[in-house]
Amino acid sequence: MGRESIIRAAREIYDDLDFQRVRDWLSQKPGTKAVGYLPVYAPRELIHACGLLPVGIHGGGDRVEIIKGDAFYQSYICHLPRSVVELGQSGRLDMLSGMLFPSTCDVIRNLSGMWKMLYPDQYVRYIDVPQIATPEIAIPFWEGELRHLLNDLAKLSGHHPSEDELRASLGLYNEVRAALRELYELRRTRPWDVPTEELYLLMRAGESIPPEDFLAMIQSYFRAIDDEPNRPRDNSRVIVVGSFCEQPPLGLIKTIERAGCYVVDDDFLIGNRFLTEDVELSGDPLSCLAESFVRDAVATSVIYEADPHGKRSEIKDKVDAAGADGVIFAAASFCDPALLDRPMLRTGAEAHDIPCIAFKFSENSGQFQQFREQAGTFSDSIKLWGGA
Amino acid sequence: MRCVIGIDLGSTTTKAVILDEDGAIIGRGITNSRSNYELASAVARSEAFADARFRLVAREVRGELDQALLGRLERAFRLEQTLGQLGRLHELIEEEIERRQYGELGPTVREAVGSIVKAIELEERAHFGSENPPLRSSFFRDAVGSAYNRYAEEISDPKGVTFDLLLGLYDKCIIRVENEPMDLGFQELIDNALDRIENPTLMVDAVRAAASTELDEACMVGTGYGRATLPFPKEAIRSEILCHGLGAHAMFPGTRTVLDIGGQDTKAIQVDDSGIVTSFQMNDRCAAGCGRYLGYIADEMNMGLHELGPMAEKSTRCVKINSTCTVFAGAELRERLSLGERREDILAGLHRAIILRAMSLLARSGGIDDEFTFTGGVANNEAAVHALRDLVDENYGQKTLNISPDSIYTGALGGALFAHRLAS
Amino acid sequence: MAETSAAKDRSMILQKQMIANHYRQLENAPETGDPVVYTFVPGNMNELVRSFGALPVLPEINALQSGMRQKSGDYIAEAERAGHSEDVCTYVKCDIGMIKAGNISPTGTRLPKPDLLLLSYTGCYTFMKWFELLREEYDCPTVFFHVPYQGDGTIEAEHRDYMMRQLREEVIPALEKATGRRYDEDRLREYLTLSAQAEDDLVAVLQSAKNRPSPIDAYFGAVYYVGPIFSSFRGTPEGVEYYRALREEVEARVAAGQGPMTPVGQLDDEKYRLVVEGPPNWTSFREFWSMFASEGANVVASTYTKVGGTYDFGFRHDPEDPLGTLADYCGGCYTNINLPGRVDMLVDYIREYEADGFVINSVKSCNSFSAGQLMMLREVEKRAGVPGAFIESDLVDPRYFSAANIKNRLESYLQMIDARRMGASA
Repeated sequence: MGRESIIRAAREIYDDLDFQRVRDWLSQKPGTKAVGYLPVYAPRELIHACGLLPVGIHGGGDRVEIIKGDAFYQSYICHLPRSVVELGQSGRLDMLSGMLFPSTCDVIRNLSGMWKMLYPDQYVRYIDVPQIATPEIAIPFWEGELRHLLNDLAKLSGHHPSEDELRASLGLYNEVRAALRELYELRRTRPWDVPTEELYLLMRAGESIPPEDFLAMIQSYFRAIDDEPNRPRDNSRVIVVGSFCEQPPLGLIKTIERAGCYVVDDDFLIGNRFLTEDVELSGDPLSCLAESFVRDAVATSVIYEADPHGKRSEIKDKVDAAGADGVIFAAASFCDPALLDRPMLRTGAEAHDIPCIAFKFSENSGQFQQFREQAGTFSDSIKLWGGA
Repeated sequence: MRCVIGIDLGSTTTKAVILDEDGAIIGRGITNSRSNYELASAVARSEAFADARFRLVAREVRGELDQALLGRLERAFRLEQTLGQLGRLHELIEEEIERRQYGELGPTVREAVGSIVKAIELEERAHFGSENPPLRSSFFRDAVGSAYNRYAEEISDPKGVTFDLLLGLYDKCIIRVENEPMDLGFQELIDNALDRIENPTLMVDAVRAAASTELDEACMVGTGYGRATLPFPKEAIRSEILCHGLGAHAMFPGTRTVLDIGGQDTKAIQVDDSGIVTSFQMNDRCAAGCGRYLGYIADEMNMGLHELGPMAEKSTRCVKINSTCTVFAGAELRERLSLGERREDILAGLHRAIILRAMSLLARSGGIDDEFTFTGGVANNEAAVHALRDLVDENYGQKTLNISPDSIYTGALGGALFAHRLAS
Repeated sequence: MAETSAAKDRSMILQKQMIANHYRQLENAPETGDPVVYTFVPGNMNELVRSFGALPVLPEINALQSGMRQKSGDYIAEAERAGHSEDVCTYVKCDIGMIKAGNISPTGTRLPKPDLLLLSYTGCYTFMKWFELLREEYDCPTVFFHVPYQGDGTIEAEHRDYMMRQLREEVIPALEKATGRRYDEDRLREYLTLSAQAEDDLVAVLQSAKNRPSPIDAYFGAVYYVGPIFSSFRGTPEGVEYYRALREEVEARVAAGQGPMTPVGQLDDEKYRLVVEGPPNWTSFREFWSMFASEGANVVASTYTKVGGTYDFGFRHDPEDPLGTLADYCGGCYTNINLPGRVDMLVDYIREYEADGFVINSVKSCNSFSAGQLMMLREVEKRAGVPGAFIESDLVDPRYFSAANIKNRLESYLQMIDARRMGASA
């Protein structure tokens, strides 16, 4: 398959807010169910192990008109939950049998309660990830939470996975994360060959199809880019920070790259690569998964930073690892985690003379002129003055 | 006759409605709101009483010819009002010229103003003399303002009496005309109006009968936008939400849901079968999606407010607009235009965006029940109505949508109905 | 009459003295060597902090006091100039601004630096970032205490164990290190015993609003009543004395059939009994209260008065189970309760306190409170059968209080209640 047809397929999935691929999957496998999860982190391994299809719900972007969703939210609350409610209220999520709401922020937390009231027949769980760093306390807590969730999901699906089945799911998601790491590494070394728009569309497709299919999709993409290399451009290299929950519209991602900035790292859909190392497969699966979260979670605003120097070095570490020239802080309007973190991250970056710009977006932002200007100027200044 | 009155002091216009003992409307009046709220209310009231008197006169005259005569009398009355105000404007400008001490230029200024006033007077006489005068704003400021502008431009001299000088005099004095009390009511001006049409006996008798009918105001209720202290006693104030609900119910008794989009705010109201409000929602503190937003758009596009709707209706492909924020309206518009989008398509998108905001308020207040009544200035905009009809159909199914040509009086009517309850 | 007004003064005078005293102790802490622990109102474990001889500082209290004293606007502007977003919580920005302006407390005394930031993560995401930010300012030790949210509507047994384990293995060692003193469980029990006494009296005060007329305003008035127990005085002898005095005064008002004191005088003619959800606005606090009182509207129950602890459903601090009771306390703070639970509580209040309606004051700053309130509005209306009103303001951002807009909504709402009453009787 060629690059274009792979991306076209991914884009179709991304564009389809009726989740036809999920519906097809369900109708092909009578008796199975699908479970949705919101950003940022949910243990999809457990959903998968129970024979359920995990479906990432990341809002309606700029593709859904908000009619009912605004009736649930004041103007000073971010856009994601209102489009999620819109999707729900318009019946577009009626193929889901359950929804998981991770402890990303208070808005998503409260949405879990709203969902309970709106859809009393659905399985709804708030996922309270451990916030403390001490493994001896955090791991047993998280393992308990995972066990609770697993039992619930098993009841929902009618299938309680064996240890081997659980382990197989953990292994499969290890493979998915390894593939994503490879994808990111490729973009880091050859950003012209992996435009961020394409990388992003692939990852979005991965949120609505089975992980096995997603792996195959990425593998075919790897082959395609080797067959059809692009020409490098004289762009600057940036990392994008702050878009881990509400997703920027595709137009914004394109705008950044077209304005002359190669995105060489980002935190879009960070939940799909939240665990930075492979989960150990030799011990008790739940305790291994719990341990992996506590020890190897990515540094992001939704998790408490126990290391006092962590915030100050976080951006420097990311910039160094990505070989980037600068940082774009792109946070959703009214996003508490990203916006409260930003002054600390920015101070840390600037202390290391890392050039930064910052803007706010909304998943349905319709005009990119200001982003284009900012990103273009940023890229030019980096090229002119280097990293200083 | 005992009567009650309701007054609605809005952000752009002030309205009054008078009801008789049976709760039937016997008079309505409207004026532009101004800094002196008390006076705006008094003018609206006086206009409503004049309207009521004319209706009484109309009861006395029946034949077709007499109707034509009555039309002439009304126009003569309006001319009297206009000339009275124009005369006062002239006086004030003369005083102002005196005060400003133009020196040598003084007589020329005086002369210029005199000739403008003369020209306006002729124009007004012609306007009210015509059988079918063309439609225009009924407010003195609007009618005379545009004529003054026109003539001032014509006769101004960049080296002598400039346009800015003439306009400055007008701007200063029109505010005073609007904010000082004048005797422009039925009782004061009707005799002059009769003189103008040469006192036909039938009309004189009908007027005498109407004028001698006692209109005894038993009770008054005021309402209006809450940002300012209303010039009414506290016990006579009802919230505009309640008044709109009750007024809409009176106009369309089947009403269960009311949407009002005014200049400054949007209200979604649910009423029960007797017009009592059961729940309501208002837009949050920014004016996004209100009439004001359309005003900004009109300015940005250099168009008249009334031209927006018709142009949007010509659209063939509605552009999706995501922000109804007044602050970003201009930027988004310019970007769309620079992308080559057609004006009519952008405007169609803007109207839809405004109605989308209203839809969420409606949903917050409890949805849309049959029948659904749309009031406020934006209800006169066909593109907005079109968008509303589409969205209601899509989301709530077929509903009866009521829009009254008199919807501007909804709040005042509701106030009058509250007054009627208090009085009985 | 003279007697009751003198009695009323007593609790007020006591509170004033207690607060002044506390801020003075804080100011002198660098000299006396008293250790200082910063922590948050929801989930504040004052007994534990006090048992180590430490003095607590509650940043939210400083922020709201700055708001009431019209200082918050400048502080917020200061923080925004330093790069904080206009979108986020104004308590945080007010606090950051106050620190940048020299860390002078709202009462004019200097605030000491913390020896420990006790990050009790209870029902508010922003707390996490707030203390990450303060840690940058002070470069001091921070201990994180994770209180699981009541996602399924209860404090689950495993969650309780998790909290107790954190207390034992993280919080207590951190306090020992910061204060240089050993954990003394007997001492903790003494504080907890006093807590329970004050809590009994507080509940009696809050429940006095079931009387007609209610002798208290259970929102605007009650934010003063919960002040001591939500901050530095739960578990202290001063706290016990305050609540005893307050209860006596309130009981005297009930006996005399008196309504509450409000900014527009004593409200004996209670025209509307309301329940309120959400925190108040602090920058225009009296004006806001007056809008209610001048219309004869009195608040008989509120949820905000449960953010620092929910006592009216039976919970009391239990000296027999010192760490377990702290876990239960934290888990039960209002903002840690899920939305269905909050709806239940409001419906319950409306019935128990025979309210005519309820008002939601939705504050821009606080997503923990605000996200979902529009749905709560509809659910409570549906279940309790009374109408609700929705008002928007902010905690301490003076730019976000539109008096005319709020007054308009409130008056419309109260008139709607009138019209419905008349309709019902006709």
